[in-house]
Amino acid sequence: MLRLPPFTYLAPRTLEQAVGQIGEAGPEGMLVAGGTDLYPNMKRRQFEPKVLVGLRGIRDLGRISGTPAQGLAIGACATLAQVASHPAVAEGYRALALAAGAVSTPPLRNMGTLGGNLCLDTRCNYYNQTYHWRKSIGFCMKKDGDICLVAPGSPRCWALSSTDAAPAAIALGARVRLVGAGGERVVSAADLYRDDGMRYLSKAPDEILVDVILPPADGWRSTYWKLRRRGSFDFPILGVAVALRSGPGGVIEDARIVLGAVASRPVVATRAAGLVMGQRLTADLIGRVAQAASEPAKPLDNADLTIGYRKRMARVYVERALRELAGLPYDGAPGGAR
Amino acid sequence: MTAGGGPRFIGRPWARVDGPGKTTGEARYADDLVLPRMLYGKLLRSHLPHARIVRLDTSRARALPGVHAVITGRDLPVRFGIMPTSQDEEALCLEKVRYVGDPIAAVAALDEETAERACEAIEVEYEPLAPVMSIEEAVAETSVRVQEHGDGPVPNVHKNVSLEFGDVAQGFAQADHIREDVFFFQGNTHLPMEQHSAVAQYDAAGRLTLWTSSQTPHYVHRALAKVLGLPMSRIRVIATPVGGGFGGKSDPFSHELCAAKLAVATGRPVKITLTREEVFYAHRGRHPVLMWLRTGVRRDGRITACHIKTFLDGGAYGSYGIATTYYTGALQTVTYKIPAYKFEGTRLWTNKPPCGPKRGHGTPQPRFAIEAQMDKLAEDLGLDPVAIRLANATEPFTRTVNHLRITSNGLRECIERVAEASGFRAKHRRLPFGRGVGLAVSTYLSGAGLPIYWNDMPHSEVQIRVDRGGGVLVSCGAIDIGQGSDSVLAGIVAEVLGLAPSEIGLVTADTDLTPIDLGSYSSRVTFMAGNAALEAARKMRELLVAAASAHLEVEPDGLVVGDHRIHAAAQPERGVTFPEAAALAEARFGTLVTVGSYRPPRLAGPYKGSGVGPSPAYSFSAAVVEVAVDPATGEVRPQRVWIAHDIGRAINETLVIGQIEGSVYMALGEALMEEQVFRKGLHKIPSMLEYKSPTFLEMPPVETILVVTDDPEGPFGAKEAGQGPLLPVIPAVANAVYDAVGVRIDEVPITPDKVLAALDQAARGGVGRVGPRRVPPFRFRDPIKVEPPAGWSVPWRRGLPVAGGAPGLPDDLPTGTAPSDARPRDREAPEEP
Amino acid sequence: MKVALTLRINGEARDVIAPVHKTLLEVLREDLGLTGTKHGCELGECGTCTVLVDGTPVLSCLTLPVEVQDREITTIEGLARGGELHPLQVAFTELGAAQCGYCTPGMLLAAKALLDRNPAPAREDVSAWLAGNLCRCTGYLKILEAVELAAARARGDAPQPTGDGGPPAARVPQRSGGAS
Repeated sequence: MLRLPPFTYLAPRTLEQAVGQIGEAGPEGMLVAGGTDLYPNMKRRQFEPKVLVGLRGIRDLGRISGTPAQGLAIGACATLAQVASHPAVAEGYRALALAAGAVSTPPLRNMGTLGGNLCLDTRCNYYNQTYHWRKSIGFCMKKDGDICLVAPGSPRCWALSSTDAAPAAIALGARVRLVGAGGERVVSAADLYRDDGMRYLSKAPDEILVDVILPPADGWRSTYWKLRRRGSFDFPILGVAVALRSGPGGVIEDARIVLGAVASRPVVATRAAGLVMGQRLTADLIGRVAQAASEPAKPLDNADLTIGYRKRMARVYVERALRELAGLPYDGAPGGAR
Repeated sequence: MTAGGGPRFIGRPWARVDGPGKTTGEARYADDLVLPRMLYGKLLRSHLPHARIVRLDTSRARALPGVHAVITGRDLPVRFGIMPTSQDEEALCLEKVRYVGDPIAAVAALDEETAERACEAIEVEYEPLAPVMSIEEAVAETSVRVQEHGDGPVPNVHKNVSLEFGDVAQGFAQADHIREDVFFFQGNTHLPMEQHSAVAQYDAAGRLTLWTSSQTPHYVHRALAKVLGLPMSRIRVIATPVGGGFGGKSDPFSHELCAAKLAVATGRPVKITLTREEVFYAHRGRHPVLMWLRTGVRRDGRITACHIKTFLDGGAYGSYGIATTYYTGALQTVTYKIPAYKFEGTRLWTNKPPCGPKRGHGTPQPRFAIEAQMDKLAEDLGLDPVAIRLANATEPFTRTVNHLRITSNGLRECIERVAEASGFRAKHRRLPFGRGVGLAVSTYLSGAGLPIYWNDMPHSEVQIRVDRGGGVLVSCGAIDIGQGSDSVLAGIVAEVLGLAPSEIGLVTADTDLTPIDLGSYSSRVTFMAGNAALEAARKMRELLVAAASAHLEVEPDGLVVGDHRIHAAAQPERGVTFPEAAALAEARFGTLVTVGSYRPPRLAGPYKGSGVGPSPAYSFSAAVVEVAVDPATGEVRPQRVWIAHDIGRAINETLVIGQIEGSVYMALGEALMEEQVFRKGLHKIPSMLEYKSPTFLEMPPVETILVVTDDPEGPFGAKEAGQGPLLPVIPAVANAVYDAVGVRIDEVPITPDKVLAALDQAARGGVGRVGPRRVPPFRFRDPIKVEPPAGWSVPWRRGLPVAGGAPGLPDDLPTGTAPSDARPRDREAPEEP
Repeated sequence: MKVALTLRINGEARDVIAPVHKTLLEVLREDLGLTGTKHGCELGECGTCTVLVDGTPVLSCLTLPVEVQDREITTIEGLARGGELHPLQVAFTELGAAQCGYCTPGMLLAAKALLDRNPAPAREDVSAWLAGNLCRCTGYLKILEAVELAAARARGDAPQPTGDGGPPAARVPQRSGGAS
């Protein structure tokens, strides 16, 4: 049986206690909420923290408050199941509800949290393997080694951002509140990520992601499309989040298109989004936008299916997501549905 | 005779007898066992695909507190293997490692963590060797040799077979049309939910007991005796409920031998449970097979000749591979009348976990090829896929050109009924682009005709004891791996004795307590253990009826056994209860024990290699799959599956349908997503997450049609259900994809990227196909030329009586007619699941 | 780091002293002898080890006991009440929804949580709810039928089983249908 390495477990009751404890633990410490990402990684010895600071005992961290009209604050420890089924999220922030509902499996969504999914460790099929396997292939730079096995000449790690929630949160203009020993700061969800498979978060290790703040939803419509082999279990090998705000006559006033699982961080397709500003969504325009949106997708051979296929699907999925929001007929289904 | 109106259970749906234990957590699987003073074992496995072991130092591991024993290959130097001709495995590698995951040393310690630390403390120095990782590399002339034994003409050939039946050249000369196609079937694995586990105990009296999750406790028993150097009489093997097998727990495994050796070494019980990753390394799954197939047909679709070449990527050890090799050539002739047939096959050594038997053993790969090619031939000739199959379908009570004996045969009815139920003719080529239907057929054994090692003893034996309280205890070596063998035994005995299956006590798969059954492989248990149970139950009923007859003063012929009583047919109130009958019989005859045994008729043909293929009866299946193909993403979604299966007669309809649905499921996984692939010398994705196994959401509705043919030798007419229904589904998917979007994916699995690639090719004006283009040059042996049996395609008789008494037939009939007495000449006649 | 815990399991308070890093799966099986909870990967990739915490399905292989103190834990051993099997257990046996039986405990607990929330789920609801539990034997169809049969019986919409496991008087629909 795969087992966890030994550690000390701290269960703070308040955020202040948690900040103090993670600060004190230093590099030996890690934060854990649902455990669905961290524990498997620990069992494979990707991480061997000496101290775990468990966040699930902190009241308020699981709260969802506000309304779509005023904006919503979702505590980082709200489970993915709660986020997926919360009426206010479904009403105003559909992309996030779809994304949360598409993560892994039902029992896992009962455990995994929104904060945990946003902070999900980057993934790579040279990295998410046991110690024995990684030793067999020759360790990679993300853990125990010094080269990238996907791109051996590369000075950096190309592990993939595989969170479903992040593209949705970024498309919805979310911000996240981080609390650390140095105080509190709020950053845009997009700025939470760095283009580096190893140091993939701009959050300091001793900062705690406390909540996700969603702006008022007025006029925005959004969706999330996920490519994976099976209708459950699988991480995205492509995620497409699209949010649109349209004005009178269906003219698009604002648009955000974000791709997940095509790089070490979520990729904001700014140029593609720019193409729809001030336009009405026609099938022809959607085709051009989708082409543009897929250009920044640069998948590497470290996830399921082939690079060429995943790249090509970026265009198809952006197109389908846009057609869905435009009310045009489309094939496939949003979220995790099949 | 049963009371009023035919069988109460046989042929009908009823609850499985192991259900209560399995739904309450009561069933004790191997890893659930904990014995006093038990230690935990771990295997150190190679992290190189191919290397010589230069130095192995276990001293640091031995010195760790909590470590009780460390063993290496020197402690278990005797080689073993499931096939007598492939004794090439070492419990722990002595000189060389041959794949990433090959075990080198084993540790027993107080707990699993300590055992793992001890493995890490073992120092191994290797001299790396170049690995052989593909069929193409293995057929090349090279100085790198994976295994010491082989069949030539190049170093990495395990087996090289060539057989020719009838005049193939003449057959092709008579053809109006000939096709040649090349196919590839990627390897995949069983992925049982339960990881392999074994617990060994060596008691103070010097007896070894092994509890293990095994489909073949008898073969484990033999391997333990051989490798540990203990007489079989001092070893007891108990198979625990198997949490999924599908062929993957049919070999004796290193962890079983090491747990036993560690128990002997420490005098304490030792448990070894594999991790999921280790299960991928234990493997013995579906061989990757590259195939070339040439078939000649007349204008009306009738086959004149067929020639197949198969290249099996065997991995690093023999396992069942010799049998697998033959199976890639054996059963094509059982569905289609092929008057001239040539089979050339080779199994190759590569530095990967050994392949072996998985559901359908060696036959799904060529079945995929021949069924896809039949579709192409039909199109070439302007025939429909139903017509070409009916034109070639074999008949009941005939032989094949390669000397296989077919008894009951519902193939034609399967094809017709599945076509009818699915509306195939109305849909084929008529659905809108993106939707399609595909048809395919298949056959499978109801148990292999020959045992794995040569012997004259029965393949299955059953003992029934009835106590004076009316309790019935059935003992049999058969192991329930989920297929329902416990229910088959209980159902047959209950039916004959007029009881309910849930009232029958069972002792199974314990080499001390139960008479032999060779194991749950080759779809043999219902047929073979079922016949043994039927014989034992009949004898018991005779004793009970005789005693009741004397007591009631009614002639035995005038008595009816049923519903817990034995009573006069004419006067139902004149009777005794079952417990009363038991007491009367015990008073009259003493201890009430009866036995039954089953030995298949001698069926092997007069040539070397004829040991693989014969079976006392074949099941037949036909499937139609309807798919939706998304032309923009290449995704293939099965919408519905119709499958007709010639079951002979179901012992338990619920369980038969369950086996069929499970086979359809596994086939869809293989057809569309499952693959065991390697990269840089090791398994690319040894995890439940990345080895794509279909979930609830991928499973389409299935309509099952049971075709009843009452096999004359099957118990109550029964044949197999566990493997055959997998076979037609994979090619039916491929044929449906073609019908949906006009591209041929001649390669399994049919992943979305391949579908898109083929569509692109078609859009550019190409043929729209993805698959291998050619097979590598290879020198097969000169063929053994075999004359077909005289009059092989003419039915020799009709309407044989049914063992067990099907409705409308006399009740008490002997089992096991033997129309052929040709003895196998190949004494090591390979054999299989 | 060892911790002394009181866990509420199947309605009983159980005291355990165990290293804090032992998962609930390990503590159930190895410290409490509740081996009905199975394991297939220990990484959250198969659903086999599913148990209920306050009635909600979670994976015991990724749960620390320290995280579920004061919660009500239900394992397969707690599904039957006294000697009486849960309707799901009866239906699984009757329809052959357990073949090898290894995924069955997790499957049953997940299904119980569904029926507790929704006594009349549509087939798509059952499929979606159970999609985190892999099975390699059944092709899932018998499981779907068994969940539906148990639900129907609990609502009084289907006949109770025969005592001897034989064919029910009124035939349960045998035609199977899947997700799509």
